[in-house]
Amino acid sequence: FRLSSLIGHISTCPSLIGQCCQRHPGSVDEFQEELVIRPLHSGDIYASFQFRTLWDTDFLQEGQKVSHYRLFPKSLGQVLSKFSVRELHISFTQGFWRTMQWGQPFIPSPPGAELWVWFHDTVSDVDGNWKELTNVLSGIFCASLNFIDLTNTVQPSASFKPLGLGNATDHRFLRYATLPREIVCTENLTPWKKLLPCGSKAGLAVLLKSEKLFHSSFHSQAVHIRPVCQDEQCTSKAWELRQTLNVVFDLYTAGQGKKEWSLFKMFSRTLTEACPLATSSKVYVDITDNPELFELSPATPLLSQAVVLGDRRTYSVFDLTRAETFGQLRSLNLLLRWKGDGGEMLRPLLHAERYVAGFGLQTGEIHTVIYNNHPYRAFPVLLMDSVPWYLQLYIHTLTVTSKSRDNKPSYIHYQPAKDRHRPHLLEMLIQLPPHSMTEVTVQFERALLKWTEYTPDPNHGFYVGSSVVSALVPSMVAMNTNFTQDQPLFSSFVPVKEESSYFVRVYTEPLLVNLPTPDFSMPYNVICLTCTVVAVGYGSFYNLLTRTFQVDEPSLPLAKRLANLIRRIRGVPLLT
Amino acid sequence: MELREFINFPGLTFPGLKITLLKPDIFFKQWYSWYSKIHSSHLESPLEVFHNHVYRLGIPDSHIVLMLADDMACNYRNPKPATVFSHKNMELNVYGDDVEVDYRGYEVTVENFLRVLTGRLPPSTPRSKRLLSDDRSNILIYLTGHGGNGFLKFQDSEEISNMELADAFEQMWQKRRYNELLFIIDTCQGASMYERFYSPNLMALASSQVGEDSLSHQPDLGIGVHLMDKYTFYLLEFLEEVHPASQANMNDLFKVCPQSQCVSTPGHRTDLFQRDPGSVLITDFFGSVRKVEITKDTINLTSPVEPPIKRSGSSDIQIESLTYVDQLPVAEIIHQKPKQKDWHPPDGFILGLWTLILLVFFQTYGIKHLKHIF
Repeated sequence: FRLSSLIGHISTCPSLIGQCCQRHPGSVDEFQEELVIRPLHSGDIYASFQFRTLWDTDFLQEGQKVSHYRLFPKSLGQVLSKFSVRELHISFTQGFWRTMQWGQPFIPSPPGAELWVWFHDTVSDVDGNWKELTNVLSGIFCASLNFIDLTNTVQPSASFKPLGLGNATDHRFLRYATLPREIVCTENLTPWKKLLPCGSKAGLAVLLKSEKLFHSSFHSQAVHIRPVCQDEQCTSKAWELRQTLNVVFDLYTAGQGKKEWSLFKMFSRTLTEACPLATSSKVYVDITDNPELFELSPATPLLSQAVVLGDRRTYSVFDLTRAETFGQLRSLNLLLRWKGDGGEMLRPLLHAERYVAGFGLQTGEIHTVIYNNHPYRAFPVLLMDSVPWYLQLYIHTLTVTSKSRDNKPSYIHYQPAKDRHRPHLLEMLIQLPPHSMTEVTVQFERALLKWTEYTPDPNHGFYVGSSVVSALVPSMVAMNTNFTQDQPLFSSFVPVKEESSYFVRVYTEPLLVNLPTPDFSMPYNVICLTCTVVAVGYGSFYNLLTRTFQVDEPSLPLAKRLANLIRRIRGVPLLT
Repeated sequence: MELREFINFPGLTFPGLKITLLKPDIFFKQWYSWYSKIHSSHLESPLEVFHNHVYRLGIPDSHIVLMLADDMACNYRNPKPATVFSHKNMELNVYGDDVEVDYRGYEVTVENFLRVLTGRLPPSTPRSKRLLSDDRSNILIYLTGHGGNGFLKFQDSEEISNMELADAFEQMWQKRRYNELLFIIDTCQGASMYERFYSPNLMALASSQVGEDSLSHQPDLGIGVHLMDKYTFYLLEFLEEVHPASQANMNDLFKVCPQSQCVSTPGHRTDLFQRDPGSVLITDFFGSVRKVEITKDTINLTSPVEPPIKRSGSSDIQIESLTYVDQLPVAEIIHQKPKQKDWHPPDGFILGLWTLILLVFFQTYGIKHLKHIF
């Protein structure tokens, strides 16, 4: 029962504050929530929740500690001020995002847990802050983030630039780590939901039921904290906390094979009200492929167009703050019914894959394949690879080939690994020719770990984190560079600097490699054998040499013993 | 702001923590019992105990340290993800919406378990992973899994022995980390685990004697494993009847699961306990309620919210608009200078090598010939 969450709930109790959702004169924080539903051509459905809290305050101001929290969760606020964090991005993902079948996600994330943090430049000991921060976050999110240490943390030199406001970017203050083995389950969702102002009691968060969310092909929940522009003029900063949850429901496991989706089928709940603390609460349904692909009911006249991920899409908007959205039954259950086969969807312009080649337990080869599907434009991508130290990379075997010709990267940054201290970091800026496949290969050798370093299940294998491909992909439609207050949240996550391209990050699959595993029963066997040999062999020999034999006199009967006693007194020789 | 009722807390057992809560309709109850449980290979038992009973009887999440070594709920082989059922009719999902697992997966090791008990954790460990008990706390420890004569298995790769456990409890006693401790263990030959205890105020229950095996209760043919152990099943059936005001005492708990039901003989140990087990309530360990005092006087409070301090000074300076960082500045990256590494004095090997070269040089040519060079 955390006191901070209780105080949060107290201050959000509608009976005290009332059903208003305007800004209070004293407080300057606001909360928006939205849900985007995008039907996919394969019959699956993609739902993306975004909850944004915007707060005009300064955590890092000297001398004044922030003490009154209203919509912003106190646990995260204290973390930001204690560790002088400028930006924090943490995500927990189960499953892998299939770009070729589903397109690009709104917020990409790699399988497992990923944490990257920009610290403020006043921090003197970044590594110490990083270690403590991971421990604190592991307590907040009930995850094993305390396994993040120097052996899996890297400091990228060009990737992962801050997504928030700022001018100077000294990469000494950036730390990136990923735990590909981390599982996501209800115990991670529960504290995530508790960070929301309305909890899971009102608004869009009532749909977040774990039995349905984890019965999906892809589930990703993330928390992104960064400083953003407070208004259109961008003269002052405000802190933005975005909690995002992306889930893809599979047609056959969750949909029972029928190409018909509804809110009730996806989440086993329907929407009944908006969060009273939210200034805007909307549901967007992507109807760009309507009416050829599917039909939506209830129909709504509210439409909105947005340019997102390089494409202009049309959305039906359901505004939950208006009572007429819920209709007679006072509940909103959207129904999407497919009409025949949709045909092929547009191929995503950038796509990446990764796999391990080779055989045996000594050597291997990592292949990363990046596809550029644009018919005539070439664009550069930044590939970042972080490989654990126990896969010893041989960088002299690194080759980058496009269209069977050598493609020299214009920037390479390589930091070799130190055994048990640091992983490998390889960053390359590669120019991808149009309509081509680029392959990056590097050979490695597997190390033999010390026997205490193996996990309890070493035959499962060891995970290597996903590669990150960051690119500015040419956009088919002019992107919107103006920042407006009422922009939908899904289109305002990544700041857009120019009209002709949009920024995208693609994660590859994580790798699972087997390391040479010793036989763990051998110490027991050796001890048994050695002790037996020592006991039987040496023991017998020792006894033979050192044992002396003495004749043992039989004990005398009682009468003779008494007689002996008297004889001893008299000083006369004893009987035998 | 006026309040009708002001709830007063007469001193809490968290050292140094005094909470006064000002809200008329919510009663804030501070629990002083601690509940810690660990599981090695049987997931449903601690979840059922946790979900249904301890939580119901009033122990909050912050006072529960839950260690689960396996991930069964979200394992890909679970046909119903995020659910764990304790009964094959699947009526109650024990992996409910509120579960918070503190130690999971590879974190469940003997070392971490003993560190939680004795409190010797690294300073950056979060509060939810610590056992913040003091000398007025009652602790309930529930372990289940596979074990043998004198040990309990952790994660298929290590064991905790009864001597280690006894020493850990002695450390806790010396550091005044518990008032009374109830130890329940459901493994094969579980009674061997409490044989070596020697600290006062310990009561222990086990599902089987030395030389006996504890058996599982119900298999689920859908997933192919057993759902719960017999002892735990009957223990939970017994706890169903316990409510926060129940007067059931420990003697009733000792009678749970006789040999006719459990096949193994449950055992218990009370010689180290100072009170008579018949006078110890079950709710002393499984739940707790604090005494609260309610007053009907009206209290006047001043508003605690200060208006935010206007940052007028800084806004005058920052008239120019702030910008977002370029996400992929290609030109900047290509011309990025490599990081200036700090200069380190030459390492031992280089120094040695140069010393050797200089020595050989002077050996060969001698100092007096140097004037020919310079």
